[in-house]
Parts: sequence; C-alpha cells; structure tokens
Amino acid sequence: METTEFKFTEEELKEVEKYISKYPDKKAAVIPVLWMAQRKFRHIPKPMMEYIANLLDQSYSHIYGVVTFYTMFSQKPRGKYHLQVCTNVSCMLREGDKIYQMISNKLDIKNNEVTSDGVFSLEEAECMGACSGAPMMAINEDFHENLDITKIDQLIDSLK
Amino acid sequence: MMEKNPKLLLPEIKDLHKIEVFEQNGGYQQARKAMKMEKSEIIDIVKKSNLRGRGGACFPTGLKWSFMPDGIDKPNYLAVNGDEAEPGSFKDRRIFEFNPHLLLEGILIAGKAMNLKAAYIYIRGEYYLWNKLMQAAVDEAYEFGYFGEKMKEKFGTDFQMDVYVHSGAGAYICGEETSLMNSLEGGRGYPRYKPPFPAQVGLWGMPTTVNNVETIATIPKIFEIGPEAYSSLGAQGHPGTLLYGVSGHVNKPGVYELETGITLRSLIYVVCGGIPGGKNIKAVIPGGSSMPVLSADEIDVAMDEESLKKIGTHIGTGGVMVMDEDTDLLKVTLRIAHFYHHESCGQCTPCREGCGWLEKTLKRIYNGDGTSKDLDLLVSVCNNIEGNTICALGDAAAWAVRGFVNKFRSDFEKRVKAKRIFQAPNIAHAKRATADTLIYES
Ligand SMILES: Cc1cc2nc3c(=O)[nH]c(=O)nc-3n(C[C@H](O)[C@H](O)[C@H](O)COP(=O)(O)O)c2cc1C
Ligand code: SF4
Ligand code: FES
Repeated sequence: METTEFKFTEEELKEVEKYISKYPDKKAAVIPVLWMAQRKFRHIPKPMMEYIANLLDQSYSHIYGVVTFYTMFSQKPRGKYHLQVCTNVSCMLREGDKIYQMISNKLDIKNNEVTSDGVFSLEEAECMGACSGAPMMAINEDFHENLDITKIDQLIDSLK
Repeated sequence: MMEKNPKLLLPEIKDLHKIEVFEQNGGYQQARKAMKMEKSEIIDIVKKSNLRGRGGACFPTGLKWSFMPDGIDKPNYLAVNGDEAEPGSFKDRRIFEFNPHLLLEGILIAGKAMNLKAAYIYIRGEYYLWNKLMQAAVDEAYEFGYFGEKMKEKFGTDFQMDVYVHSGAGAYICGEETSLMNSLEGGRGYPRYKPPFPAQVGLWGMPTTVNNVETIATIPKIFEIGPEAYSSLGAQGHPGTLLYGVSGHVNKPGVYELETGITLRSLIYVVCGGIPGGKNIKAVIPGGSSMPVLSADEIDVAMDEESLKKIGTHIGTGGVMVMDEDTDLLKVTLRIAHFYHHESCGQCTPCREGCGWLEKTLKRIYNGDGTSKDLDLLVSVCNNIEGNTICALGDAAAWAVRGFVNKFRSDFEKRVKAKRIFQAPNIAHAKRATADTLIYES
C-alpha cells in the first residue's frame, strides 16, 4: 500500500504564501491552510497538523486546538462523498430528520461514521442556510435542496 | 414618493452579479460620491437614515461607526459578518449570489467613513460556492480598480483600502462578533469579554467594526435614495427594507425583500401563499431560532423590532419559521436545545452545562419519562443561564427554550407525568454532578 506523504506541493505552497499575504499576522492563515489540507486529504491527521504548525510558525497544540474546534475539519478520513443532512428545525418540519435516518439505515453508519469501503460518510448537520429549500443536504460542497424523500435511495445509488 | 416595497438589495436585474451590469445600473456611483465626502458627513447620512443592524441585535449602524476612534495612527478594520448560521436565516447568501458588488460598494463607503485599511468578509465554511462567488466579485472589483492601489486613479483621492474573503469552518458561534474576530485571527472561535469593545480593541488589537452583510449592502442604497427617503420606508423606529427569509410550513418559502412593519399574517398568507393543506398555524419563530416563539393568535404583529419587542420577542435576522397545527413543539424545542448545546463554545459554565441540561431534560420529557417538575426545571435553568454568560449564545438558548415552555405550557403538560414533586430546582443546582440521578430518583 502506498503511504501518503502529508505535505503540500510547490504549487500549493505558493497558495499558502498568498493566504499569508492577506493578513497582518501569519496565524490568520491557519484556517485557510487547514482548509487546503482538509480538501486535499479529506482529513487532517497529526503529521499534517505538525507540518502546518511548522509552516505557519505555530505550536502543534494551537493547530490541534483549531482542528478540534471546527466541525468541518476532521482528523479521521471522510468518505469520498461526505453527506451532511440538515436536521435543524426548518428541515425537520419538512422531514429532514427522516431523511437522515433513512440514509443512516441504508448505509448502516451513524453520525460522523464512514462506510467500510470509504465511499460515504454521514453527518447530522445543523442549519446550513438553505432553509427555504428544506429538506436539504450537502454532498461534499454541493447543496441539494428540496430533497424528495422517495428519491433518496436513487440519489445515493447514483453516487456509488 | 417612492414605490411601495422597493427592491433595493435584490432587484430583478439579470446578471447583476457581473461588474459591467452592476455599473450600467448605477453601480459604484455612490462610492464615488462618498470618496469626495468628509468622514463625518458620511456617518451623518447613515445616522440620519436610522439604519439598524441586520445581524440580529438591531444596533444603529451610524452610531456604531461613530465609535471608531479618529485621528490615531493605527490601522482600522471592518469585519463583514457573513457567518449566517442562525437556524432559519438564509438571506446574506442571496447578496453573495445576486448582488455581491453592492456589498463591495457598501464596504468602500464604510471604508471612507472609518478610514479602513482593510475589510474582511467572513463567510461560513458551508457556503463554499458563495465563498467562490464572492471571491470572483472581489477579483473583478480589483481588476476594475475599485480596491487596492488602483483606487487612487479610479477615484482621484488619496484613500486606499483592501478587501478579502475569508472562509469559516463550521461553528455557529463564529457569528458572534468577538468570536468572529478570534476566528479570523486564526484561533478557536471563543467570544471575548466586552469591554474592551471592538471599536477600541478589535482585530489584531486594532479598532474594528463588525457589521452584517445586509447592513453593509444597504449603505449604497441609502446614499442613492437619500437618508430621508430611506428612513420613511417601513416602520418608523426600524425603517427600510428587510430580507425576510421564510421557511417551514408555508407554500412559498423563500427570501422576500419587503419594507419593515408588514404584518406577520400577510407575510405568511399573502406573500408566502399560506400553509400547505390549508392547515392552521400553531407557532411562528419570527427571527431565527434564538428569538422567542409566537403563537397563532399573535401573528397580527408588525414585523419590525419595536413592535415585536412589545410582545416579548425580536426581529433577529428576519428568519421566519412557520409551524402548522400538527407540529410536535416538544420535538422542535428539543432540536433547538440540541443545537445550542452542540454549538456552545464551552467557556462559561452556565451556558455549557445549562444547555446540556436543557437538552437532557427535554429528551427525558420527549421519551415520556418527564414530570411536570421538569418543566419548572427547564425554566429555572433558562433563568440561570440568561445574563450570566460572556456572549449572547447562552441568552439565545434560554430565550428560545423558555419561550416554548412558557407559551405552550399546556402542550408540554400533556407530555409529562402529572405527578408534581416539589423539589426546589436549586437543590439540583447545588449537587450539579448528580442532578440527573436526583431527578430520576424523584
Ligand atoms: C451566538 C451569536 C451568533 C451570531 N451570529 C451572527 C451571524 O451569523 N451573522 C451576523 O451578522 N450576526 C450574528 N450575530 C450578531 C453579531 O454579534 C453582531 O451583532 C452583528 O454581526 C453586528 O452587525 P450589525 O450591527 O450590522 O447587525 C450573532 C450573535 C450571537 C450572540
Ligand atoms: S455564552 Fe456560551 S457560547 Fe458564549 S462564550 Fe459563554 S460558553 Fe461560549
Ligand atoms: S434548517 Fe436546514 S438548512 Fe436551515
């Protein structure tokens, strides 16, 4: 099995520099750079946190503290398709919680778990600012609004 | 006379997000005007318009800007709050998508008024697409010379500022202004004690103003139509147009730009086409999940801060959540409590523990194991959170839960065992660690 090297390429390092230049203090680049890592590896493991700490002259504990504070950063790999199903009030009123349960049963995973083949991960999400399109979920970055509860199976199967 | 309900922020103009189209429709003209004005002149116009912040607290914007110190040699910053994580709010997203240059024009005017070095537009992490759209608009604006070095040439003044888009990473609390600043600085989003207020010690220790996206986007329109005309729109104490976001049980959910002061009834029945299946209303949250809920007989209220305040709630973010007669309000309250428990940053004990208690107690009632004493416990916990925390998240949780329990007490009574056990809730408080067992035992 090939081992992943947790670092950025030359190209990506240029992007890091661009982020650093946006703020009067290097520390402010922490979240944008963590985003780069999360998108690239689908998670931010310890070696990557250490690498970023080094890159931005921060302590490892600071980076770790930030990663654990924000729900969109994950220390465990997320699925190829990360499903965030909103179950907050407006979505719940339109059966968002049922959709979450259906997907959970179908994929046989619970909140913040990943399917054994690594294809799907599931998150019971808070309001994502798409309440007029309730019920909704995000598949990776894309919002899917006005979900039809009878078509959830199809939607999930179409991703596989 | 202006037409009724003018579409100031979201006019129906195709491709308005493109800078050429925006310019053709008079875009950036107000910024040009402002560049030739004195700082105090600009702030006076904003004050005269009576614009109140759209982020939830309704603070007068002109007054807020006037707190920024004058004549000191420090960089000043503006943080534009696009965290938009209040459940039931989805309006700022429309501005990023359909009228991003209006926001940028507002930033320029704010920039001149407060002598800003830079503005940071903080957009929640979930809005990945809208982050990109906003960034694209910023790139266009730089290209056209509205920001950065080219500004001097474009506007023929000495003033120069920058604007950046910054993405959050999933934390409701980062919408709170001081938490937002900590998050922008690259840390955990812990709210800060006030004082010092951001206008004295803000981003990187410098004077900072935090304003909501909609607030800033409104500024150029005030300059365009004049502060008097603006202040005569809608309700007197809280004038202008508002982006109402209506969701839940209505036939036509969506974002509607209307004057303040429209009755909640016409918003629901006329604008949003009523309730699916012709059902009756059970409850309505008027301004995002933090604001106390209203019952069906209260919907003749006018939707502006002053009118809502009179009946014990607030306009908040203008996020209206409608619940029909078949809604299980206990389930809704439980979901709301879960939200605040999940999102509490954990710095203050009353909020961290209290929100946990609210959720646990509601869960117990929901599972059929509650007694009517639990309802008193809920109210007591709310009372103990409110006013005892660093930021207003604790208050929000307390307002929301207490609002439901008090207003719909009879509904909740039906779900608990009638047995009433008289045990002062503060006994439970004293034995915090065993509170759960205490209640179960009784
Ligand atoms: C828990 C909490 C969350 C908040 N979330 C937001 C938000 O998402 N967007 C926002 O504009 N204001 C939010 N606010 C209000 C801000 O603290 C601040 O009052 C507002 O951004 C000021 O802008 P304004 O004066 O233009 O209204 C929140 C406040 C609290 C206590
Ligand atoms: S009130 Fe809650 S969210 Fe606000 S600072 Fe205290 S613990 Fe954090
Ligand atoms: S409640 Fe689901 S997106 Fe707002």
